Amino acid sequence: MSTEETNLKKIQVQRYEPESDPDQHYLNEETGIWAWLTTVDHKKIGLMYLASVTFFFFVGGIMALLVRTELWTPAKTFIEANTYNQIFTLHGAIMVFLFLVPSVPAALGNFFLPLQLGAKDVAFPRLNLLSYYLYVAGALIAIVSIVNGGIDTGWTFYTPYSSTTGGAVTTMVFGVFVIGFSSILTGVNFITTIHKMRAPGLSWDKLSLFSWSLYATSIIQILATPVLAITLALVGLERLLGIGIFDPALGGDPVLFQHFFWFYSHPAVYIMIVPGFGIVSEVITTFSKKHIFGYWAIALSSLAIAFIGFLVWGHHMFVSGQASLASMVFSFLTFLVGIPTGIKMFNWTATLYKGSIKLASPLLYIFGFFFLFLVGGLTGIVLGSIALNVHLHDTYYVVAHFHFVMVGGMVMAFLAGVHYWWPKMTGRLYNETLAKIACGIIFVGFNVTFLPQFVMGSLGMPRRYFNYIEQFQVYHQISTIGSYILGIGFVMIFYYLVKSIYTGEKASPNPWGSRALEWQVNSLPPLHNFHHTPVIINGPYDYHKPMDEFQLGLAESGNGHGTEVDVSSTEEKPQAE
Amino acid sequence: MDALNDLLLPPAKSTLAHQTDTLFWFVHLSGLVLTIGLIGVLIYFVIKYRRESEDEVTPLITHNNKLEVTWSVIPLIMVLIVFGWGYQVFMEQRVAPDDAYEVNVTGQKWIWQFTYENGARTNGELHVPAGRPVKLIMNSSDVIHSFYVPDYRIKQDVLPGRYTEVWFNAPEPGESIVFCTEYCGTSHSDMTAKVIVHEEGEFENWLADNAGGGGMPEDLAPAEWGEQLAQEWACSTCHSADGSDMTGPTWQGLFGHEVQLSDGSTVTADENYIRESILEPGAKVVDGYPNVMNTYQGQLNDEQINAIIEYIKTLK
Repeated sequence: MSTEETNLKKIQVQRYEPESDPDQHYLNEETGIWAWLTTVDHKKIGLMYLASVTFFFFVGGIMALLVRTELWTPAKTFIEANTYNQIFTLHGAIMVFLFLVPSVPAALGNFFLPLQLGAKDVAFPRLNLLSYYLYVAGALIAIVSIVNGGIDTGWTFYTPYSSTTGGAVTTMVFGVFVIGFSSILTGVNFITTIHKMRAPGLSWDKLSLFSWSLYATSIIQILATPVLAITLALVGLERLLGIGIFDPALGGDPVLFQHFFWFYSHPAVYIMIVPGFGIVSEVITTFSKKHIFGYWAIALSSLAIAFIGFLVWGHHMFVSGQASLASMVFSFLTFLVGIPTGIKMFNWTATLYKGSIKLASPLLYIFGFFFLFLVGGLTGIVLGSIALNVHLHDTYYVVAHFHFVMVGGMVMAFLAGVHYWWPKMTGRLYNETLAKIACGIIFVGFNVTFLPQFVMGSLGMPRRYFNYIEQFQVYHQISTIGSYILGIGFVMIFYYLVKSIYTGEKASPNPWGSRALEWQVNSLPPLHNFHHTPVIINGPYDYHKPMDEFQLGLAESGNGHGTEVDVSSTEEKPQAE
Repeated sequence: MDALNDLLLPPAKSTLAHQTDTLFWFVHLSGLVLTIGLIGVLIYFVIKYRRESEDEVTPLITHNNKLEVTWSVIPLIMVLIVFGWGYQVFMEQRVAPDDAYEVNVTGQKWIWQFTYENGARTNGELHVPAGRPVKLIMNSSDVIHSFYVPDYRIKQDVLPGRYTEVWFNAPEPGESIVFCTEYCGTSHSDMTAKVIVHEEGEFENWLADNAGGGGMPEDLAPAEWGEQLAQEWACSTCHSADGSDMTGPTWQGLFGHEVQLSDGSTVTADENYIRESILEPGAKVVDGYPNVMNTYQGQLNDEQINAIIEYIKTLK
């Protein structure tokens, strides 16, 4: 808004109370399979992403269970070494590229960013649909590569192994290349949306922290993903045409690949986790009914992570033969990037101080996140220290560390988000008791799976090992049992969430009493989100202000779409902003 | 502390391993204190400030600069200590003393090969003197491998087309395991070796006995030596002697029989075929098996190849 103008202009606002169970909503205004496939509605696209990432999460999860089962005994338990190598590769590639990267931004972000901004949709709705189809196309290409010989390179595709091994590596990297564009386009879309589509009055200091986290994530997606695309294209060219870039037999440099790869893949770690941070802020404030502590510290630390995160890739390469000086600089920057993350943890804890804390299932998942991510982060400090990294690099310690961050942190935050926003997405409430039990099962199963991996990693058990020495068997077996418990937890969540769609109690528009804008629309939301143009006078965490101040909209205008709705309350508030 | 060490870390068998361990415990124990502290505060808040009525109003606390600076600066100081400490230990690990004893290491799928100053060669066993710095000059003849000795807390990638170095000083005689820690394909997890630390005098004797390398020991028949070589050179990692199916075709009943090749033709497994398969593995690939074997050209001499062929002949 141009300030000069609006400071002088008075606008008429009125309160629009959200309706429960409205006659018309986004799921029944357009119907039929074709309407879904061609929809430009960000909410439907978000749901399609949610279904897709859930599907791939279960596929990747089955791979994980196969890997863990095979590791029950040293050497062969029930599958061959080559098959094992393909399965752990697929587990990693599917989980990273088809689940973790798109999960929060593309599924939950798509659904809720425009709602939180008071916008009718994202800035480029058709581009949004294209992103989804690129994701699907990339996934299909990846599936073709699995059927067509598989890949056994690990999800990291290290050269010269990946340039010389058999299988369908070229097809797979092409699939990842295509998925990369999906990610880039989503990033472009979100940045534009956040800059240009905010509702009247929604200044940057009133932006939700989930939106801030998506903003930081989008920056990384736009800047880092092209590097991955180029790198993988080079691997493909090397395999197809024999151009020597990474393979020393052709005059290339294998370590160069690692630099390129981690230049994307380290920031990609933040693509995966930063949106999770956004969810934590939303859920903690809602369930403690309290203003976030240190709004700017949290918002800006996401941006700081996004920027410093670009300069730490070399910490994956301390033993690769890179110069000691480079290792020193990378180690230093790695510790710096830990600080903004630590600040967030402290701020979230402080937010709970003198709050009104309701231990509902979304918050329970957040507390799961809290402990697991803390362990993941602190073991990251261990790994950032060069001397310790030399001992622990490429052992199970690293495997446990990134699972604590990615599953313990990111997946728990994602589950918290799904549980938190489920009533808005589906209009239904799930079984709260089952949700709490499942959260407990996952928490226990996760720790049983991954804590032993820290121990065997410190003892020297290398990762990506089909066979191992006897000494490690007991840890492997505990870990395998844990993975089954974890699996049961995830199946349980799937069960009660799906069940709630059919038999769940109907949800009120704002079951948690949140002040955030997405809760001030109908449940289910209308196709174009708001029947009015929302006007924002408070921040999304201003729990000291009354609810009616969060439901304001322009009095006269409608939103340019369709019929006006009945306005249940018409008290007028002169607005001087 | 020792009990803790035994629980979480392998035995410390090099002169520098203890430095890594001290740092390991410093970081873990401070992390533990922080975890217990933060989770403790969290649990306290959840209990103390639990919601008792839906109408509760919370105070407006937006930020507190003093508090926020404190919890930014103290962790910053802590991590800077960990950074500096880690770097200092790392540099000691990096820079080998000038008088270090040098051994050449070659990694290849899926075997570690060691060459000593007097031409002695070993596979899968690194023999070193106790109490003397040993520097390994390493490269790979195919993909990237990584040389990891948990007992020494050292690890270094081994690259094709470039040399990398690592050093250690093991004060006591004994044995330690070597793992390959850079994923290198089918038998990556079997690419292990042993470091055998000898008393100084004993090491000199061992070295003298193995000078030149590659001759047939006098007390062995060719086929027996061939069996030993098949172990040492890791042939047996992929080729079984008992008919079981591994990465490569079994050697049992191979000699003198027809072999079906991947191009559809067949060949009789005679001396020439086996010799060719050792020196040029890609020339005739057996149907149903991946073309992943490396050449042993320039590594096995004629006498050794003959011995291996004699050994295969005995596997009826």
